[in-house]
Amino acid sequence: MKKKIVSIMLTAAMTATLLAGCGQAAAPAAEAPAAEAPATEEAAPADEAPAAEEEAAPADEAPAAEEEAAPADDTAAAADEGSVLNIQCWNEEFKSRVTDHYPGYEKVDDTTGKIGDVTVKWTITPTEGNAYQNHLDDILPTNAEAAADDKVDIFLVEADYALKYINADPAVAMSMDDLGITDADIADQYQYTKDIVTDANGALRGLSWQACSAGLIYNRDVAKEVLGTEEPDEVQEFVKDWDTFTKTAEDLKKAGYYVESSVNDSYRVYSNNVSKPWVDGTTIQIDPNIEKWVEDSKALVDAKETNTFELWGDDWNKGFYPEGKVFAYFGPAWLINFCMAADTEGSIANAGRWGLCVGPQSFYWGGTWICGAVGTDNPSLVKDIMLTMTTDKAVLKEIVEKDSDCVNSPSLLAELAADTSFGSEILGGQNPYQQLADGAEKVDMSNISDYDQGCNESFQTAMKDYFEGKVDYDKAVENFYTAVGEKYPELSH
Amino acid sequence: MDNRRIKTGASVTTRRVIAYIVLVLITFLCLFWFYILFVNATRSHSDMSRGFTLIPGGNALANWDSLMHSSQPVLLGMRNSLIISLSAAVLTTYFSTMTAYAIHAYEFKIRNAMFTFILAVMMIPTQVVALGFIRLMGKMNLMDTYIPLIIPAIAAPATFFYMKQYMESTLPMALLEAARIDGSGEFRTFNSIVLPLMKPAIAVQAIFAFVANWNNYFTPALVLTTDKKKTLPILIAQLRSADFLKFDMGQVYMMIAFSIFPVILVYLILSKHIVGGVAVGAVKG
Amino acid sequence: MEGASKKRGSSNVVKYNKWGYIFLLPFIIVYGTFQLIPFVSTIYYSFFENYRSGLKQIGPNFIGLENYHSLLSNADIWKYTENTFVMWILGFIPQIVISLLLAAWFSDPSLRLKGQRFFKTVIYLPNLIMAAAFAMLFFTLFADSGPINAMLTSSGILAEPYKFLANTGSARALVGFMNFLMWFGNTTILLLAGMMGIDISLYEAAEVDGATAGEIFWRITMPLLRPIFVFVLITSLIGGLQMFDVPQILTNGKGAPDRTTMTLIMFLNNHLFSKNYGMSGALSVILLIITGILSFAVYKFTTNQENYG
Repeated sequence: MKKKIVSIMLTAAMTATLLAGCGQAAAPAAEAPAAEAPATEEAAPADEAPAAEEEAAPADEAPAAEEEAAPADDTAAAADEGSVLNIQCWNEEFKSRVTDHYPGYEKVDDTTGKIGDVTVKWTITPTEGNAYQNHLDDILPTNAEAAADDKVDIFLVEADYALKYINADPAVAMSMDDLGITDADIADQYQYTKDIVTDANGALRGLSWQACSAGLIYNRDVAKEVLGTEEPDEVQEFVKDWDTFTKTAEDLKKAGYYVESSVNDSYRVYSNNVSKPWVDGTTIQIDPNIEKWVEDSKALVDAKETNTFELWGDDWNKGFYPEGKVFAYFGPAWLINFCMAADTEGSIANAGRWGLCVGPQSFYWGGTWICGAVGTDNPSLVKDIMLTMTTDKAVLKEIVEKDSDCVNSPSLLAELAADTSFGSEILGGQNPYQQLADGAEKVDMSNISDYDQGCNESFQTAMKDYFEGKVDYDKAVENFYTAVGEKYPELSH
Repeated sequence: MDNRRIKTGASVTTRRVIAYIVLVLITFLCLFWFYILFVNATRSHSDMSRGFTLIPGGNALANWDSLMHSSQPVLLGMRNSLIISLSAAVLTTYFSTMTAYAIHAYEFKIRNAMFTFILAVMMIPTQVVALGFIRLMGKMNLMDTYIPLIIPAIAAPATFFYMKQYMESTLPMALLEAARIDGSGEFRTFNSIVLPLMKPAIAVQAIFAFVANWNNYFTPALVLTTDKKKTLPILIAQLRSADFLKFDMGQVYMMIAFSIFPVILVYLILSKHIVGGVAVGAVKG
Repeated sequence: MEGASKKRGSSNVVKYNKWGYIFLLPFIIVYGTFQLIPFVSTIYYSFFENYRSGLKQIGPNFIGLENYHSLLSNADIWKYTENTFVMWILGFIPQIVISLLLAAWFSDPSLRLKGQRFFKTVIYLPNLIMAAAFAMLFFTLFADSGPINAMLTSSGILAEPYKFLANTGSARALVGFMNFLMWFGNTTILLLAGMMGIDISLYEAAEVDGATAGEIFWRITMPLLRPIFVFVLITSLIGGLQMFDVPQILTNGKGAPDRTTMTLIMFLNNHLFSKNYGMSGALSVILLIITGILSFAVYKFTTNQENYG
């Protein structure tokens, strides 16, 4: 009976399975479409052989096979490469960066462009409802077998889930070695931006042009009133570590101010400074620094020194205006430049009354990473785009000037920091690059895991009930384990 | 319960007053949302971070302009949504009526089994099959086409069930016998006698199907990858996941407002058949 | 029925009744192709350990009833069932009461309500707004510092803002309220369309006989409306058990606070994050059984009543 059902299902999927089978025979490391391949195994044990072979084969074999197809020369678009460059993304950010800054890119229409003879096709899938990742999950594992013009060449990822694709086995993102990018090419980039896209074996599989290091953005008027100073270096003394931060919160409370808009503002700061990853093997572990966030935050909430708002909500926003009575937000340059209502009369940003200091611990927030897809038929163009967009200083400088991105280049940030003529109007004339560059240097992301997205989200959700007094700590932790267990069935605690 | 109390004592005038009060309250509850949507569509992004207000802002034209000049193919999106929703609504009502008619008017061996089967599958949660459905579409090479979004509408168990129930109360078998005696073929009987009789039910289900397809995000977001083929809900989601440089809630609200108008239009056209039908009855008396 | 057709002679019946199959064909073909295959595979995979860890496929390994066992032995599933029911009832009761009330008023000739057309049109409008957009508006209104709280505090009803989405009662009530708003127009329209089939002269005759509005409603409208009413009940029940988008969006998929607004389908949706076809398949089968039993009960109950009516 079981076999019968299998065969019925396989009939429907016959062609695909057969094709996948062929692909498997030709290139051992390219796995058949995940779902039906194991079903075949179930019905016919004979198929298990290639699977075993796969396990034995080192993960690097796939890119190695690709390399044979790839020409060795370094020119941007080699003549014998694919004629279509497919880029997968979730919004327009990278597209506008390439359109504006990549030499030789010609815009054809909103979703296509040309680089020389190669047509660039942008496919945008929104993040809502996990659609973007579902889409990648569908196409990346079988990318090598796709028709030449449909092969994904570049895909973008965010830090929260980057490792899911970086650590994929068999690989879906090309390593720098396979692309022919050397350590020297990318020496002038922050280490943390590499940590995020380095796989378990130490191979780097993505690059970013952004270094979204962040700091504590404080309201200068409140600082002056309560702390007696508005100078970044002096304010830093009042928030230099978490214990001082909580003490300052008390003073702020007495004067009628919230130290931060929400406990979720500081979560990122704590979680960027953990001493061990969320998951060890398959066991979930809660880092002491995360526990400290819970402890500190509970105290702050109980003392009504902050709230439990979700980020980006109408309540969280309130502190962008003086009436919101918020002392500080934790955030990077893009938050300051684009999200704090600088163009609205009456906002603190509009009056130029924010200041930036490093804060209790260094952290980063945001950023987009570029990955070359395994199976690409345009490896040298992919390489050139990655290098140009993330290491070409002229391009990076243009990006700073046009888009205000905080770029991934210590030397460029140092130049910007040294530029005394530069001052941000929103920050009351302060040049934030010194603080941002200092911060980026100290960010250490070596403790991220494949499960960070789910763990961080679920943890914050579960703890909100604890902060609000709806459940006790143990129950909140239990809810956290339940939520993570649903997302990642392989984990235990 | 309220109803009973009303009927025993109250005079017609009192009941009428109560009815009007309730209706006005309900009207307010229904229209209020459109008003705040409208208000938000007229405000700028950073203005909205100030919080809620009932007074429209002065940014409507700017939001409209930025929406029309954004890289989202908004007008194409509307066309695509119209194509998909209209086709799905037509198919779902026509074929569900046909299926219901098959069960209602004919007696054949598997009739009861079929009826039970359709009722049973009506209970399958859509989320369950969604991902399997997408995989299947991939294998059938139907990704990035409208077929997975339109053709499955032919088999809509809930619509079928409604049509079946409606036929039970309004479609006399004698009428069909008469048609047969007149020599009308079965297919013609269905098209020229049954369908017109089912008009109110078809209008109702057409509206529901149109709206459900118009607002559907999950399946189209996974099926459609080419920008020019995308529907409005996907474009709205794309606006909402825009990077911070482009993120603009004023634009998002304008887009939502913009995408509601065609549905209202279709609704007003179709609702005539429902609302009007009752009115005709009233005039007759 | 059957007897009558037999009398007509079997050749005739066969001739006509083959059309039953012909008319069924489109449904069978389309359903079989697009829905049945994914659904059968869902059931099949419910007996397997089968999910993705990152991009890596785990299984499918046949584990028998293990998925069912781990779902049913955990108290969570009953908690989510309860959540789902509570929130459904919170939305359904006002929905059915208002819909019946409106239907009764609209169908009552003695009331002679003016502007019926307008009111009948307006009630369905909330359903036209996408649930996601609707939820955005709700967030704005019910935010801690939003207009509802501002009204309550400034009028002195509350001393400090009430956190609507952080408290079980109010969060569930909001879900119920939103469901009510989005669907009562739908229900009313279904009932209205059903009422069209009722002959207006019945009402007039009843009125002449001196029947009260309530008597007319319960004795004439309701019995004639029954098939449609059964449809409304059963689809509401099924829709209620499958409640998803409103609580999902309103709580960001988290079912906060303390997972008390987590519905069964939200629970299922969580499993789809890891493409856990095994677990979600088992959950769907359980859900299907629960829905089936309840729907059957409602159907039997309402159809039996018809005999007395």
